[in-house]
Amino acid sequence: MTRYEAFLDTFFNPVVTQEYLPEIISGFLVTCQIAVLVVMSGLALGLVLAMVRSYRFWWINAVIIVCVDLLRALPPLVLILILYFGLPNVGLTLSGYVVLWLVLSLVLAAFAEEIFWAGITSVGQGQWAAARSTGLSFLQTLVYVILPQAVRLTIAPLTNRTIAITKNTALGMVIGVGELLNQATTAQSFAGNATPLMMATLAYLILFVPVVYLGRWIETRFAWRRV
Amino acid sequence: MEALVNQFFNLGIMAQAWPLMLKGAGLTVLLCLAVIPMGLAGGLLVALACTSHRRRIRWPVVVLVDVFRAVPPLALLIFISAGLPFAGLRLSPFMAVVVSFFLNNSAYYGEIMRAGIESIGTGQREAARSTGLTSLQTQAYVVLPQAMRNVLPDLVSNTIEVVKLTSLASVVAFAELLYSAEMARSVTYNASPIVMAAGMYLLLLWPAVRLASGLEHRLRP
Repeated sequence: MTRYEAFLDTFFNPVVTQEYLPEIISGFLVTCQIAVLVVMSGLALGLVLAMVRSYRFWWINAVIIVCVDLLRALPPLVLILILYFGLPNVGLTLSGYVVLWLVLSLVLAAFAEEIFWAGITSVGQGQWAAARSTGLSFLQTLVYVILPQAVRLTIAPLTNRTIAITKNTALGMVIGVGELLNQATTAQSFAGNATPLMMATLAYLILFVPVVYLGRWIETRFAWRRV
Repeated sequence: MEALVNQFFNLGIMAQAWPLMLKGAGLTVLLCLAVIPMGLAGGLLVALACTSHRRRIRWPVVVLVDVFRAVPPLALLIFISAGLPFAGLRLSPFMAVVVSFFLNNSAYYGEIMRAGIESIGTGQREAARSTGLTSLQTQAYVVLPQAMRNVLPDLVSNTIEVVKLTSLASVVAFAELLYSAEMARSVTYNASPIVMAAGMYLLLLWPAVRLASGLEHRLRP
């Protein structure tokens, strides 16, 4: 066997590919599912927190700022391990799937809140004053006047952050969630061959390269600094 | 309530785990000292290549950056530490972490620095060249200092991400902070060591997070 054939046999083995394709596909679907759930709940919670923060009750804001800072400073894997291994001993058992979704959503919400808040504060005070003077309530001003302008500013940084956090679905491997990387490493140890890992890598590329391109396009379209 | 405190803030267990955790924290710092400068240096090369006028230099690097930005860091790490041995290349956990983080971080730092370089107008470059600076001197003394200052907030927040990322090394059994905590947890059946690790990460990163948001707010247009 030449070196080239050995390389193909190790990383692109057709027999192994065929045998483990169903597992890889099911892992791929789980990864997509968690990713979509995390993006929806994380962004929604982040937006709500930023809106609450704009009411400027100082004690609520203090709580929000501390929580956001904590979630921004801690590695997500640490949070996942604390919830997954700590909670069952105090009588609350969450599945790995729920823990992964919960932690990634909270982390995304923290980053999103910070970005939405930066967007809200960058809209001029005159906009607030003008909207309120036409008789709109505080909430109406926020929803109809401020947010449409603020969200436009936040799209580029938000997209990049969302992509980065969505890729953390791979951390589910550590707590036994049946997502892509977990299926691949399991298959790899059964097959004694690196092909499943290569398949997973290609699946991640199929999933995330379009998103990275979308992010880059959005970045040039809605440039943050060029407003 | 008592069960909660006992499970997450057990001082006795924390004291027991302290020496192990301290060692782990030391290795985390060591890993950061290896990975951050390498990422910055790799990122600079990537940024220079991506802004190069020569297509044959630019395209391969752009494609590689996209690949490494699209693959989750943990998947890359597992591929290098568990996949490459099948091809006869067996790296120590430390080397596997350093290599995979170098590839991943160079792509991210590179992307940030590219944005910085592109934010500098061609007028600056032309003016510098017309005073007799060579193109290398122009890059080093005129373009890069301004470029780096423009993207400083992004560089700081990416560095925070890199430090957080070092926790992934625990998955391939490199005995850094989180690995030590996880080991102490599996011996004591108690989550306090991991909470303690969280505290140590906070000690390291909270000032950096505050700095990052300060910079972001200061430099916003």
